[in-house]
Amino acid sequence: MKRILLPLLALLALIFVWHVWVAFGTIPKFILPSPASVFTALLDNLCTLMSSAGQTLRVTLIALVAAVLSGVGLALAFSLSRTVEMTIYPFAVILQVTPIVSIAPLVLIWVGIDHVERALVIIAWLAAFFPILANMSAGLRAVDPHLGDLFTLYGATRWQRFWRLLWPTAMPYLLASLKVSGGFALIGAVVAEFVAGSGGATGLAWRILEASNRLQTEKMFAGLILLSLMGVAIFYSFVALERWLLRYRA
Amino acid sequence: MLTATDLHFCYPEGEGAVTNGVSFEVAAGEIVSLLGPSGCGKSTVLRLVAGLLQPDRGSINWPVGDKRLSFVFQDAALMPWATVLENVLLPLSLKGKAGDRTEAALAKLASVGLEGYDHRYPHKLSGGQKMRVSIARALMAGPELLLLDEPFAALDEILRFQMNEMLLKLRRKQGWAALFVTHSVYEAAYLSDRILVMKNGKISGEFNPKLDRDKPSFEQRSSKAFTSAVANVSKLLETRQ
Repeated sequence: MKRILLPLLALLALIFVWHVWVAFGTIPKFILPSPASVFTALLDNLCTLMSSAGQTLRVTLIALVAAVLSGVGLALAFSLSRTVEMTIYPFAVILQVTPIVSIAPLVLIWVGIDHVERALVIIAWLAAFFPILANMSAGLRAVDPHLGDLFTLYGATRWQRFWRLLWPTAMPYLLASLKVSGGFALIGAVVAEFVAGSGGATGLAWRILEASNRLQTEKMFAGLILLSLMGVAIFYSFVALERWLLRYRA
Repeated sequence: MLTATDLHFCYPEGEGAVTNGVSFEVAAGEIVSLLGPSGCGKSTVLRLVAGLLQPDRGSINWPVGDKRLSFVFQDAALMPWATVLENVLLPLSLKGKAGDRTEAALAKLASVGLEGYDHRYPHKLSGGQKMRVSIARALMAGPELLLLDEPFAALDEILRFQMNEMLLKLRRKQGWAALFVTHSVYEAAYLSDRILVMKNGKISGEFNPKLDRDKPSFEQRSSKAFTSAVANVSKLLETRQ
């Protein structure tokens, strides 16, 4: 209860200070609108914003699923072949360390002219992929060597070794990476929408960009609130999934 | 039951031989301890016997049928995501034979003093209880030979005594043989029918404690045979170093 109550009280205090500051200060509305006007903008544009939020969420989730499939698949390939790992891992690192903002325009030129959403998914996938690959690889290497010996001694097949030993060992690592990658996928989707601009993307980031161009700061805040809520929902969905799947540790 | 002859083994990345001509026998129903300082090759001998390592030279012979053995490690090596029952059933479930053996697994758990613990997860068990599960799992495979690699080293003295008693009781009932690696002279003297002292990858001495197993534990531990076994094995360890 305290865990929910304390941040809630902090948020209410922040909104109160914000309200007082705007009401009694001399800050122009286009720099910092009041909390009430942000709330009004949210209600007035709820349909448009929710529709855009749905598009951003769709891109984020597709990218995340693609990141899980590719990250887990590649980590498995790494665990089976050191040669594959040595060949491909450096490229994965290059993708990770290169700022996504600098890759995004290129992806949009290559893929996004006719299929903007495809480009957005690829950019969001690029942001989400590496933590899953890195964590899953670490998880597959974290097998208890003595348990591995027992599986050998009792004649386990390759499939049994994977499904009953490697996969459950790697599961906590994968779930931890999902909490990080969920946020990264959303960031990737937002960056992609910003870079795409008005080129066909109509997600939440584009709405924020549009509102910014028109100096509708309260609408920008409304979009930001929805983005934050989406990020928090993704994060806590994975926290709940982790708690359920790893309930044996409770 | 088992004859190991002239076992030589060297880890590829290591310097020098880990085992350097180890030969010994284990008879059916016999507990043989391998005793020696750290790094003398005791655990390597166990892994060679288990077939987890292949000797560079020498051989291990099992005269009667297929080898049936189980391994108990110093850490319990339980699957944290599986219940106690699922852990105990592991040797059978990997062979697809666990379905109708639940009752047998529950009986094995009862035999190690863990009745009613079947649905718990390892996370909820103490160190001693985890080790009991590990032993129950090893026995579930129906071994002729049990390989124990310092299984009680991490336990406190009182628990260690209890586990020693439990192991002897189970052996009396089930009749398996055991190859037992330990650092403890007292444990080796109490548990073993024979003690093999190892040094620098070789067996440097052998001693038979000859305890009267019909007597209660405290009488065995305070008997002349026990104190003499401890003294003699300690002497063997010292003089060979």
